[in-house]
Amino acid sequence: MQPFSRFSGQTISINQTDIDTDIIIPAEFLKRIERSGFGKYMMYYWRYDSDGKVKEDFPLNQEAYENVSILVTGDNFGCGSSRENAVWALHDYGFQVIIAPSFADIFKNNCSNNGLLTIELDHETIDLLHAKSKAKPPYHLEVDIEKQVVFDHDGFEATFNIDPKVKYKLLHGLDDIDLTLLMEDKINEYESERPIYLNPST
Amino acid sequence: MSQQTLFDKVWEKHLIEMEEQQLLFIDLHLIHEVTSPQAFSKLREEGRLVRRPDLTFATADHIVPTGERDNIRDILAKKQIDFLTKNCEEFGITLYDIDHPDNGIVHIIGPELGLTTPGKTIVCGDSHTSTHGAFGSLAFGIGSSEITHVLATQTLPQKKPKTMNIHIDGQLKDYVTSKDIILKIIQEIGTNGGAGHVVEFTGSAVDDMSMEQRMTLCNMIIEAGARAGMIAPDEKTFEYLEGKRFAPRGEAWEEAVAEWKTLKTDPDASYDKTVVIHAYEISPQVTWGTNPSQGTSIEGVVPDPNDLNKGADQDTAKAALKYMDLKPLTKIDDIYVDKVFIGSCTNSRIEDLRVAAEVLRGYQVSSKVEALVVPGSYHIKRRAEEEGLDQIFINAGFDWREPGCSMCPGMNPDMAKPGERIASTSNRNFEGRQGKEARTHLVSPAMAAATAVKGHFIDVRDWTFKEDGEKNATF
Ligand code: SF4
Repeated sequence: MQPFSRFSGQTISINQTDIDTDIIIPAEFLKRIERSGFGKYMMYYWRYDSDGKVKEDFPLNQEAYENVSILVTGDNFGCGSSRENAVWALHDYGFQVIIAPSFADIFKNNCSNNGLLTIELDHETIDLLHAKSKAKPPYHLEVDIEKQVVFDHDGFEATFNIDPKVKYKLLHGLDDIDLTLLMEDKINEYESERPIYLNPST
Repeated sequence: MSQQTLFDKVWEKHLIEMEEQQLLFIDLHLIHEVTSPQAFSKLREEGRLVRRPDLTFATADHIVPTGERDNIRDILAKKQIDFLTKNCEEFGITLYDIDHPDNGIVHIIGPELGLTTPGKTIVCGDSHTSTHGAFGSLAFGIGSSEITHVLATQTLPQKKPKTMNIHIDGQLKDYVTSKDIILKIIQEIGTNGGAGHVVEFTGSAVDDMSMEQRMTLCNMIIEAGARAGMIAPDEKTFEYLEGKRFAPRGEAWEEAVAEWKTLKTDPDASYDKTVVIHAYEISPQVTWGTNPSQGTSIEGVVPDPNDLNKGADQDTAKAALKYMDLKPLTKIDDIYVDKVFIGSCTNSRIEDLRVAAEVLRGYQVSSKVEALVVPGSYHIKRRAEEEGLDQIFINAGFDWREPGCSMCPGMNPDMAKPGERIASTSNRNFEGRQGKEARTHLVSPAMAAATAVKGHFIDVRDWTFKEDGEKNATF
């Protein structure tokens, strides 16, 4: 994973609650062996009609939002099935930061395993961001993970909370595997003392 | 030392790091074709290796056809299977591919090969991994990133779950099985009644159960939202495992059994939660809705949503009845089915097939019903054929298939058509689970067999068994 301490990007507002992982990546696109390339299918049925034609009225399909990387959205984002494909789809599409009043647990966890930052802010602040994002795109936000603040150059600033372990992972571009391997000595030691009958007989 | 539960003991023995986070060593990692591809790709992208290929075993089960084995028409399915083969070759993992004599559903082959043993930590990218807890192991399902983590490190960072005891006392009535008990438990505690907990099953009814029945119990506890299910190992467990291919042998066996005997909850240990169930009060169960908690006994009726308490319950029940095309107060035994499926990791073991065959002996499947029986593995298939069970099924009009998940997940050619009603021995009756707009009723194998003959649900306790034959079936 890429280390990630400051980030600047254009926002888009999708102001709906309970956007579930079936919406983010419909089940029919799960029979793939790749982890990349899911961006094409992200929010497929919101972006395309049943004939596969682009829905012009959906904000993501509009030119003004071509280069978005920060999603501002509603409560309980990422609920539903635990499919990690939802996170891969968002990331592959270009999103790096998602800002919402709340997230589904497993989704949030999956984001942290894939280098996506989830920011929870109170409803009032989020409403302000929805308004700013919609007013005159492109609207840019900056995120400083070290300081735990998100701000624009127009006087907006909000601080956010982040799990120290998640913060460490993002700042150093480490995933859980890297963190675990820092303790490889201990794993080796544990392995050397494991009783033999726990291994399959040969 | 303080008093510990079975779960506490297994957990503690696998902890590597206790300071910043709890890291568990994983003794057995099972893999199948659907959830592993991206995990392997990530491993490759990051240039990592599989740390313990000797503790990793793979099978193809979810998307394999149970009919024509060597002609996989679904290109994406074929690609997933080929990719699994390639990954296993490259990383040195043992694979039981679709032609292998040991192939079968991942949760069936683990125990029958003796890979699943007491006290192990077992993971697999599949929620029904809880099945293996029947042997006193701590077994749970994981996501794709976690699969990569286990492949690379043979460990998993975990938060310690809470414990829950489900105590099942008394004796089961004849022809009532552990499937009926678990369906009843899910009705009582709800689909998230076990959330955040590892459930240990205890009680005289559990002691009396065969290993097969215990596996069914643990298999479905995930449908109550539990992290895992566990049962303390006993003589039956040891007897089941002795001589199995990968089970410990010789001195290692003696050492293992001595250790396994200590794997039980201490008399004064306490659980975070306890539920008591009386086995003798339970009748055969049938689900009427679209989650496993929406069920009732065979003597019952489809509920009237207006009679249910909470608002949310009422709404879900209404939606479920609409999807299932059922009217409130319909008697369960007045519900007719189009298909009967006996199979899945819940109920496709030899004992399940014996029970169903015993019901079917001398009978014909209703002319309005299409019936399918799919053994969980090639081992089970061969065993059943040796015992002549296949002939009983075939004579009754059942389709006798090659092993696989078949109709359980709706991911392979065995799928119901829109609107079809199925009596199924699998574990999930979700909307669309067995095919678009398919209507699933979960039942035990004995109930499924009787239903196939009558064409509608019927109380198997009233069944007239034909020809005595060998009564080797235990219910
Ligand atoms: S039989 Fe069904 S529940 Fe069991 S592993 Fe296969 S798909 Fe999953």
